[in-house]
Amino acid sequence: MTGCAAPDQSAPPPAVDLAKETVITGVVRADLAGTPVAGAYVRLLDATGEFAAEVVSSPAGQFRFFAAPGKWTVRALSRQGNGDVAVTADRGLTEVSLTVG
Amino acid sequence: MSRDTALVTAEWAEKNLHTPGVVFVEVDEDTTAYDAGHLPGAVKLDWKADLQDPVRRDFIDRSQFEALLSANGISNDDTVILYGGNNNWFAAYAYWYFTLYGHRELKLLDGGRKKWELDNRTLVTEVPNRPATRYTAAAPDRSIRAFRDEVLAAIGTKNLVDVRSPDEYAGRLLAPAHLPQEQAQRAGHIPTALSVPWSKAANEDGTFKSDDELRALYAEAGLDGSKPTIAYCRIGERSSHTWFALHELLGHADVKNYDGSWTEYGSLVGVPVAVGDQPGALA
Repeated sequence: MTGCAAPDQSAPPPAVDLAKETVITGVVRADLAGTPVAGAYVRLLDATGEFAAEVVSSPAGQFRFFAAPGKWTVRALSRQGNGDVAVTADRGLTEVSLTVG
Repeated sequence: MSRDTALVTAEWAEKNLHTPGVVFVEVDEDTTAYDAGHLPGAVKLDWKADLQDPVRRDFIDRSQFEALLSANGISNDDTVILYGGNNNWFAAYAYWYFTLYGHRELKLLDGGRKKWELDNRTLVTEVPNRPATRYTAAAPDRSIRAFRDEVLAAIGTKNLVDVRSPDEYAGRLLAPAHLPQEQAQRAGHIPTALSVPWSKAANEDGTFKSDDELRALYAEAGLDGSKPTIAYCRIGERSSHTWFALHELLGHADVKNYDGSWTEYGSLVGVPVAVGDQPGALA
């Protein structure tokens, strides 16, 4: 049984079929210098602002969600501060940049 | 049960890290977080390796639970404080499970790892060495665990609460959005189940909402407090979080967690399934 915990965000996605999956990915950075933020709590919110998922960013600040086509918000909470960004995703890979501070 | 007896704050936890008779237990599916840093003195339980039967789809039985707690140096008289990542999903699952086997003094750390980390509180890598105990578990308390036949019989009669995300409820997604979506079972929800995502019971820092906010949440969703309630999700841990909110914080008397949840129900042959955003009716 595959659990519900967030998988390692730095590992490559396991055999993801990008023809079927809608993947939202990116890196959390602190402002000014743009340093990657490890261990940030990255939350995916749906078009109504409702929580959909949460992962912890990798040592290189990476995060990844398996969503569906549509409008989303990605929000990060970290010791360096919080931040969010609006995303419109289609099938395949959508890359976003997210700054906290 | 109430908030005062079931939940502790990070402040309380920080003051009681070294209090004799208080044992902190981190519970996660991915225990690398514990290995990288945990609350001082905390022991770890691996949700899959320690709490699930290695062969059958079930959790460990009474004697396995006794052996696990004994080996981790937890005694029947200890106050166990559970916490973990993923907004305490797995810690809430463990809380449900410790309750099932009759542990008396049991609390959840409000906000779990997330709040602790965001507050910049101390994390250590030293692993405690607790002498083994002889833990005695009670017979499992079936009054808080639902099986599939009871869930089928509950359609249209008891409160069924689906605590997955709205897209999983409607059948647009088969798993939470941090996991790949390819799954064997059908998408949708159990007819008549109310959609109350677990996340509505929590603040973004992982702490539980206030009792007043929780009461308003379930009332607005249409939960009938005079009826028994069964909560489910995909594999039973997010619904443990809601079971905790309803049974331990709000004190609802008859609340069960259906740990088979959607991965079981959505794979059953011949059972009714509803799709879309509405609860649907018993066909």
